Amino acid sequence: MVDKSIIGREYPEFTFEVEKGKIREFARAIGDKNPLYYDEKAAKEAGFEGLVIPPSFPTVFAMAGGLMEVMLGDLKLDLAKILHGGQQYEYFKPIKPGDTVTGKVRIANAFEKSGKAGTMDFIVMETTYTNQNGEKVLVDTSTMIQRR
Amino acid sequence: MAGKQVFFENVNEGGSMPEFVSEPLTETQFVMYAGASGDFNPLHTVHSFGEMVGYGGVIGHGMLSMAVVGRSLTDWLGNKALKKFGVSFRTVTKAKDVITVKGVVAKKYTEGGNNCIDIDIVAENQRGETVVTGNATAALPSKS
Repeated sequence: MVDKSIIGREYPEFTFEVEKGKIREFARAIGDKNPLYYDEKAAKEAGFEGLVIPPSFPTVFAMAGGLMEVMLGDLKLDLAKILHGGQQYEYFKPIKPGDTVTGKVRIANAFEKSGKAGTMDFIVMETTYTNQNGEKVLVDTSTMIQRR
Repeated sequence: MAGKQVFFENVNEGGSMPEFVSEPLTETQFVMYAGASGDFNPLHTVHSFGEMVGYGGVIGHGMLSMAVVGRSLTDWLGNKALKKFGVSFRTVTKAKDVITVKGVVAKKYTEGGNNCIDIDIVAENQRGETVVTGNATAALPSKS
């Protein structure tokens, strides 16, 4: 049984400094040759302040935040039974190199669902990111599924 | 890579986004993605772990599939348009898989002064299995 009492639970804030090298490394790993991810001059000519981040780059913030390990322990989840069910991003402001983003995670929902593969537990984590100016830049909604 | 600027007037409800076909995924790429993203779940890099869990080897990160879909969207609409982007993971990927991304404009509307489109997305592997389903909302510039 999924423990409904975890809904609303919050975790300590974490920060991430957005660096050019990480953006380039990520773009190479996903096989994207878009010059806006590598070439500052091209990015500025296209009207950006600096290198641009790919749409799914914010996963880097979450991984660096190390919360997965904390939550696996806190929620007593088993890594071998966990699946990433879904991922959503809502973008409010551009995130650029030199920014420091701060993430705050809360458990937005927890429920169980039955299907062909049996009953599974769903945990929805919502992370709100602000930048160094206190502006909301991004909301990350991640759904984890635990097979029983 | 991003092509010509797409304007609000260029898209219609029911219209398709340009089909995007990825390069074949590779195990090296899974290692690169693990390092770049910081997701070191051994499912993606350690063969014996992938076998133990029942996948017969390593599988790609779900978030790498999302990145491929993201690439199809930025190639089409550029890097200023996306307001929302989400996926559900349906089938795992393996090395040599080729992902094809298709999308349809589900809705075209004006909201809060923005010219928006909602896009329904499906990404499939070379066997026609759905890898992810997704949706995105983009704000587009107007010609006028």
